[in-house]
Amino acid sequence: MALTGIEIYKLLPKTNCKKCGFPTCLAFAMKVAQKGIEITACPDLTEEARGALEAAARPPIRLVTVGSDEHKFEVGNEVVLFRHEKTFYHPPALMVRVKDNLAAEERDKLVSEVSRYSVERVGIVMSADGFAIDNDSRDAGKFAACVESVTSQVKSPLVLMATDPAAMEAALAKAAGRRPLIYAATRDNLDRMVELAKTYNCPLAVSEPAGLSELAELTERAAQAGVEDLVIDPGATGFSASLQVLTQLRRLAIKKMFQPLGYPIITFPGDGATSVEEEAMLAGQHIAKYAGIIVLNHFSPATLYPLLTLRLNIYTDPQKPIRVQPGIYQIGEPKDSSPLCVTTNFSLTYFSIAGELESSGFPSWLLVCDTEGLSVLTAWAAGKFDADRIAKSVKEYKANEKINHNSLILPGKVAVLRGELEEELPDWKIRVGPLEAMDVGSYLKTQWKP
Amino acid sequence: MAVEVPLEKWTGKIREVELGGNGRKSLVVGGAATLPFLHFEAAIPHRPAVAMEVQDIYPGGWSAHLEAAWGDALKDAGAWARKATEFGADLICLRLVSAHPESGNTGAAQAKATVDKVLSATDLPLIVLGPEVPEKDNEVLVAASEVAKGQRVALGPCLEKNHRTIAAACLADGHVAIAKTPIEINLAKQLNILLCDVGMPANSILMDPTTGALGYGLEYTYSVMERLRLAALMGDGMTAMPMICTVGEESWRQKESRAAQGVPASWGDIERRSLVWEELTALSLLHSGADIVVLRHPGVVERVKAAIDQLMA
Repeated sequence: MALTGIEIYKLLPKTNCKKCGFPTCLAFAMKVAQKGIEITACPDLTEEARGALEAAARPPIRLVTVGSDEHKFEVGNEVVLFRHEKTFYHPPALMVRVKDNLAAEERDKLVSEVSRYSVERVGIVMSADGFAIDNDSRDAGKFAACVESVTSQVKSPLVLMATDPAAMEAALAKAAGRRPLIYAATRDNLDRMVELAKTYNCPLAVSEPAGLSELAELTERAAQAGVEDLVIDPGATGFSASLQVLTQLRRLAIKKMFQPLGYPIITFPGDGATSVEEEAMLAGQHIAKYAGIIVLNHFSPATLYPLLTLRLNIYTDPQKPIRVQPGIYQIGEPKDSSPLCVTTNFSLTYFSIAGELESSGFPSWLLVCDTEGLSVLTAWAAGKFDADRIAKSVKEYKANEKINHNSLILPGKVAVLRGELEEELPDWKIRVGPLEAMDVGSYLKTQWKP
Repeated sequence: MAVEVPLEKWTGKIREVELGGNGRKSLVVGGAATLPFLHFEAAIPHRPAVAMEVQDIYPGGWSAHLEAAWGDALKDAGAWARKATEFGADLICLRLVSAHPESGNTGAAQAKATVDKVLSATDLPLIVLGPEVPEKDNEVLVAASEVAKGQRVALGPCLEKNHRTIAAACLADGHVAIAKTPIEINLAKQLNILLCDVGMPANSILMDPTTGALGYGLEYTYSVMERLRLAALMGDGMTAMPMICTVGEESWRQKESRAAQGVPASWGDIERRSLVWEELTALSLLHSGADIVVLRHPGVVERVKAAIDQLMA
């Protein structure tokens, strides 16, 4: 949490010595608050004040990068408990677990399928974020070979899962420069895992299921030993424990600025789940409630696509809703005789009308005008959804080439635009649709003919 | 190092609303003194309930996977309600679809007969929803109200437009009103106030904040519900009504739940995808404060109930 100028001033010596180049300590403090000068420009700062300022500059949840170069993701640095308070910034990474005792053929197939997987939604391309390679075999050689094989196949970010430091080291040697997440330091192997994290410059996950106090002790030890890029695993499984523990961790970080637990959280929703669907539901909870990295035991497009969609929904910035790309959209498989409706590019407006058209039984064309993300009435009131703009969109997106009729259906709420629009588009028949998206199905059923 | 978990000192709690009773099974929702499932903080006396949707006519355009799961039960509201009871529903949500002007435009007499049939087919508490055309809702919900007098059913949608009529019916026959508003916290609160102004007891109102399905506005519903729940816990009694979400209806309308062909291979198997779509919509909204979720697929009901079991353990 950033300090104000006054809060910084209180930590300064208040001698107005001018050694920093400013006439007064207050003037200097104000400049520091604006990030115009480093606090270290004050030569007489006490250790205590320095500590307080450093702590204040630290985000409540540390931003941790896994991977390297362009093959990486960042998690953490969240500042709120509820998305409506500001927004959630860094979507949790979805990783697919690869066990090192899978047959090579099976493993290569899985890695290839996951890495080729991508799905598009409202113009955003989504995919899984990488692999968690698990030393299930407990054999260091097998683990290293598996990591070597996967790294030769793909460049995706990795989590390396082993409790034996020797196995971890063998694997890290095969993932040089990839900056994988080391999973995990436990109370039994902490010192050696910390050494590996330092040697290989990798982020380190700390796992301790015994309780938050015990977990905090371990992260403190790791931080004191010089590893600050930490990820935590409180070991909570199942719906109830994971929700409660992850909520507690988020509260401690945001509300108490409790640094020893101010790190992204890694979860394993498949552990203990009895089906792929149960794993997906638990992963869904972790997306909504506070995970930073989610390791899935199964790769299944039919569950991954809904999860990626949920992640997109939850991590949409509520302060600026997703705008839909303006253009002509196909709803179902419309023909040239299908209805053509026009709407705005506010995402919720688009989804409402697209959803209704989808279920109406009438494949349709949906012309989406650029209203800068405003809904129908708001855009109309702001002059961003008027006859001029609609006519321009009709021409720009060549609506006439999609259809063999010349009917355009207006949202009922802007019925008032009809006359003007008929002047702008003299060859078109302008029809007034229903007031609510919900009624478009029955409107088409009773009134639609080209 | 002793870690002290921060607890919120909430001053409000969610109102308890009872459905059923009087010979019928009784169900209480609400009552929580904290956010969903945070047992470490305060008491959560009642689990969220799972309602299963039943329609008064054979549903048009349903997914083949839904049809297969229900079979012939879809042909008769009574048989359908019995089957939903067997499938483990906590309550039945009867939608009077045929009252819609384009789906048969049936009136009070038909509504009475259907409600009567469903009431005798199951001893579970009942929700009755009209076609969401206010004039028709007034007609069929008033009729439903009379038939179900004393059985404390939930009647909806009660919109700002027709809240007086629905409230009068609820008051006369001892029912609960489902106040529906379009994904907006102030409108939700305002309608609760209007209902109380015309004499509805505050413990006889459920809120329907309007459900956006996964991928179709879910985040708006999710955040409006979190805000309503937080406002209630901070002491605003006019946002403290339990919430109901029509998850099945919204989820199964979407392309992701319907399209088996002509969609990208990355969408995966249609059967699993459509069920997971309904499950994730339900699960997210349960975490943002839903007290009742209305579902369609029996497999989804089973898994969502299992998740609730764990969340309440």
